[in-house]
Amino acid sequence: MVLGGGTGGTLLANRLRRQLDRAAAEIVVVDADDEHVYQPGLLFVPFGLARPEALVRSRRDQLRPGIEFHCSAVARVDVENGTVLLADGTALGYDVLVVATGARLLPGETEGLLGPGWLEKVFSFYSLDAAVPLRRALARFDGGRVVVGVMDMPVKCPVAPLEFCFLADWYFTRRGLRDKVELTYLTPLDGAFTKATCNRELSGLLEDKGISLVTEFNTGEVDGRGGRLISYDGRQVPFDLAVLVPLHGGQAYVDRSPGLGDELGFVPVDQHTLQAKARPNVFAIGDAADVPASKAGSVAHFEGEVLAGNICRYLAGEPLEAGFDGHTNCFIESGFGKALLIDFNYDTEPVTGRFPGRIGLPLLRESRLNHAGKLAFGWLYWHMLLPGRDIPAVPARMPVAGKHAADRALPGAAPN
Amino acid sequence: MKGEHAMPTARYAGTEVTVSDEGFFADPGRWTEAMAPEIASQEGIAELTDRHWQVITFMRHEYEAKGTGPTVRVLGKTSGVSVKELYQLFPKGPAKIAAKIAGIPKPRGCI
Repeated sequence: MVLGGGTGGTLLANRLRRQLDRAAAEIVVVDADDEHVYQPGLLFVPFGLARPEALVRSRRDQLRPGIEFHCSAVARVDVENGTVLLADGTALGYDVLVVATGARLLPGETEGLLGPGWLEKVFSFYSLDAAVPLRRALARFDGGRVVVGVMDMPVKCPVAPLEFCFLADWYFTRRGLRDKVELTYLTPLDGAFTKATCNRELSGLLEDKGISLVTEFNTGEVDGRGGRLISYDGRQVPFDLAVLVPLHGGQAYVDRSPGLGDELGFVPVDQHTLQAKARPNVFAIGDAADVPASKAGSVAHFEGEVLAGNICRYLAGEPLEAGFDGHTNCFIESGFGKALLIDFNYDTEPVTGRFPGRIGLPLLRESRLNHAGKLAFGWLYWHMLLPGRDIPAVPARMPVAGKHAADRALPGAAPN
Repeated sequence: MKGEHAMPTARYAGTEVTVSDEGFFADPGRWTEAMAPEIASQEGIAELTDRHWQVITFMRHEYEAKGTGPTVRVLGKTSGVSVKELYQLFPKGPAKIAAKIAGIPKPRGCI
């Protein structure tokens, strides 16, 4: 039983359906609704570069024949007895459970974020509900202070708020307003990004584009009426328009399921096998898992290959393979038709070179080729990733062939 | 710690300990309670109250259980001290400063 029909749940169910004989295993996917949102597209909505309706498809339609789709929210999981209790009253037993319900946005956990000014001066782009009003607000904006801020880690796609800054720089330049707009990026981390090598490159890009960087800012309160963000240590950053990434947590049912989640509602798993600490027959994939990798679709994709194999091994009574190495791969849109590409894992920092081999896409530097790659990814997502296909030449384990070896592993940035 | 890049050391409560470039303990086993007030005063905290100690004890417990110190948000949810109060106790950043005083390595960030 797979809880969640998002990126991780869908691609895993499809992989399993191909690998397991129909007579041997039933596969059920449970989700609260039938709307699968292409989340990488949300970044483009506020700038009028993506139509909201083009990002949503049926969850059910992404599943292979032979996979049952059950549309209901989950009330809680009883890991001791191997039962999932659904909000519609059904109790479903399972032999193997996969938690794939992603991360939940918790804007209400930051004081004032949803208070006066919400959807007037204070926005987000992490859901369609907020991204669409933001598009209208940006179109009306004729100058002032724009602050893009991350409330706290972990967040989905940690590069997205930086990409938002780069695209905002491009957007206001194109509208002839750039000199009237003060752009600020605000983060709780001690640098622009979580990874030291990228930090240098990305801080440089912010500087080149005239975007101010405020670090170690832990937002304690959003004062929408007064137009300021106030940190727990008493600093204030004024804004006319704030684009905030709310706090993230796991789903509420995880909190209601004894033994399943951690303090934030994510599911503790072995970071290489993806087996939950709760029970041997429970696994997690994607944003729902607590692995120390980015919460990103590429991670779910690379995990999928390993996890499908491990579930087959578990069912056959064989030992699991510690196959997931934390492989993450992200295009970083940098505006003006260019993008960067980064590729890293648990042990290796994002380095320069080419991906996935010596004649591939340039790593950690701006290029039009990478922007084309980012756009092509939309097609790959629906036609390769979700069906659970391997992407040609992009293996689950991080490739090293085209990478410059000189960059050694460096520690990542830490929260304050 | 012999090698090309010897780690720096610090002396607390009369004992020399190895620390990182940023002053975090390399070996939490070397820490004693007597060292905490000295580390705290270096961080601008003149006196460690019971509330400080609640957080310090919690940090060490979490480190032993999980291999890394908690983030501010997790501290606020689980230590019994709210994020607001954590900042009053450790104004320069609760997770980092409390980890330093508790003699554990710098908390791993989220990625």
